Amino acid sequence: MRLTPDEIIFWQYGFLKLNATIVFTWAIMIALSVGAMLITRTLSTELQRSRWQNLLEIVVTSIVKQIEDVGLSQPQKYLGFLGTLFLFVAAASLCTIIPGYEPPTGSLSTTTALALCVFVAVPFFGIAEQGLRAYLKSYLEPTFIMLPFNIISEISRTLALAVRLFGNMMSGAMIIAILLTITPLVFPIIMTSLGLLTGMVQAYIFSILAGVYIAAATRVNKPKREEETQA
Amino acid sequence: MLIDWFTVGAQVINFLILVWLMKRFLYQPILHAIDVREKLIATELADADAQKAEARQERDEFQHKNEVFDQQRAALLSKATDDAAAERQRLLAEARQAADALRARRQEALRSEEQTLHQALSHQVQQEVFAIARKTLSDLAGVSLEERMGEVFTRRLRALNGPAKAGLADALATASQPALVRSAFDLPADQRAAIQQALNETFSAEIAVRFATAPDLVGGIELSANGQKLAWSIADYLVSLEAGVDELLRQGTGDGNEATPNGT
Repeated sequence: MRLTPDEIIFWQYGFLKLNATIVFTWAIMIALSVGAMLITRTLSTELQRSRWQNLLEIVVTSIVKQIEDVGLSQPQKYLGFLGTLFLFVAAASLCTIIPGYEPPTGSLSTTTALALCVFVAVPFFGIAEQGLRAYLKSYLEPTFIMLPFNIISEISRTLALAVRLFGNMMSGAMIIAILLTITPLVFPIIMTSLGLLTGMVQAYIFSILAGVYIAAATRVNKPKREEETQA
Repeated sequence: MLIDWFTVGAQVINFLILVWLMKRFLYQPILHAIDVREKLIATELADADAQKAEARQERDEFQHKNEVFDQQRAALLSKATDDAAAERQRLLAEARQAADALRARRQEALRSEEQTLHQALSHQVQQEVFAIARKTLSDLAGVSLEERMGEVFTRRLRALNGPAKAGLADALATASQPALVRSAFDLPADQRAAIQQALNETFSAEIAVRFATAPDLVGGIELSANGQKLAWSIADYLVSLEAGVDELLRQGTGDGNEATPNGT
């Protein structure tokens, strides 16, 4: 029983290898980039615009709105990272309707990579927003006793991100694979559509959680600062 | 082992490349297009606001002009009405004047006609009376009218008495010039002598007399001295007749005048 597309290896040379996770990731990257290029090549700045442009504008403005709702006052700054997280995970889930496709998010390596990116991005944005000292000081809040717990919290939530996405995506693929062996054709289709919904929800949860973490890191000391400026 | 660390690294790099690609080909162009469109819409809205403000200003200006125009029109209309009323009054006055003048002219014409009629009538009456008298006298007496006149005058002179005689006597006595005896015709010598004699006898004095011919007496003899006068002439009768006829005519004209305004 295959649990992850990492196990499908097309080419290997010592440590280097080309497995299905990387290949499907590239395919998704190419599809997203080429699609975006094709649509944005003929962007209209007038009131009249194409349906594809409308679709992309709805997607982008919805993401911006969500980031804003999370509490990040300058959504443009985080749009690249959070938006891409959502689009990648969503695209990986949507493509499960293609026969023979293995979602790269069903690989723990991919979800770990994404979680590591979030793990790095949170302090990166936090430091960029409030400076190194203030960011590091946030680990000592409310008292220095909380420092180990804060660090454990950082690591555990990153681990949770990775495992949650992997578990959901992998289980979806597994359920469909199992059902295909024991039930007629109609039932797996229902499960596939359910899997699509689960995939979209996971994409949303993953990017929103990343946004919440970043928001927490960037404004942890803000109320205190305001008090200082008032004093 | 579920985690392949080479794949993890490759996926991190893949994800970072995808972030860059998405930024480059999706987010930036789309956000830019949205920004440009929002600016365009804002500009158009501002333009629309400006146009609206301009339109409002023009409307206000137009209304103001309309009001001014209405006021001017009302003023002009009022002035024209006043002028028309004044012109009407003037024309009415003119017409009234013209009517008055016409009426005056007509009255003048009537008067003139009346006068002409009077003259013609009096002349005719005089002629008739003269002819009738002449005919009657000649038929009755068989002597000439002038002789009868002289006789009548002489008789009246002799019959004179009372204040009239006294007045005439005073006038004759105080007169510096001779008494004047006027007659319509040249009196024959015997008649003149008869008159002279009658005068002398009546006033018991030698009266100086001068005889003159006055055709306006029509027929008759008149004695005048120092403002006193004794006369018998057809003209006197004619004057009284004329007064009677005048009175009649005046009554007739008065009726006519009363009737005329009703006719016009």
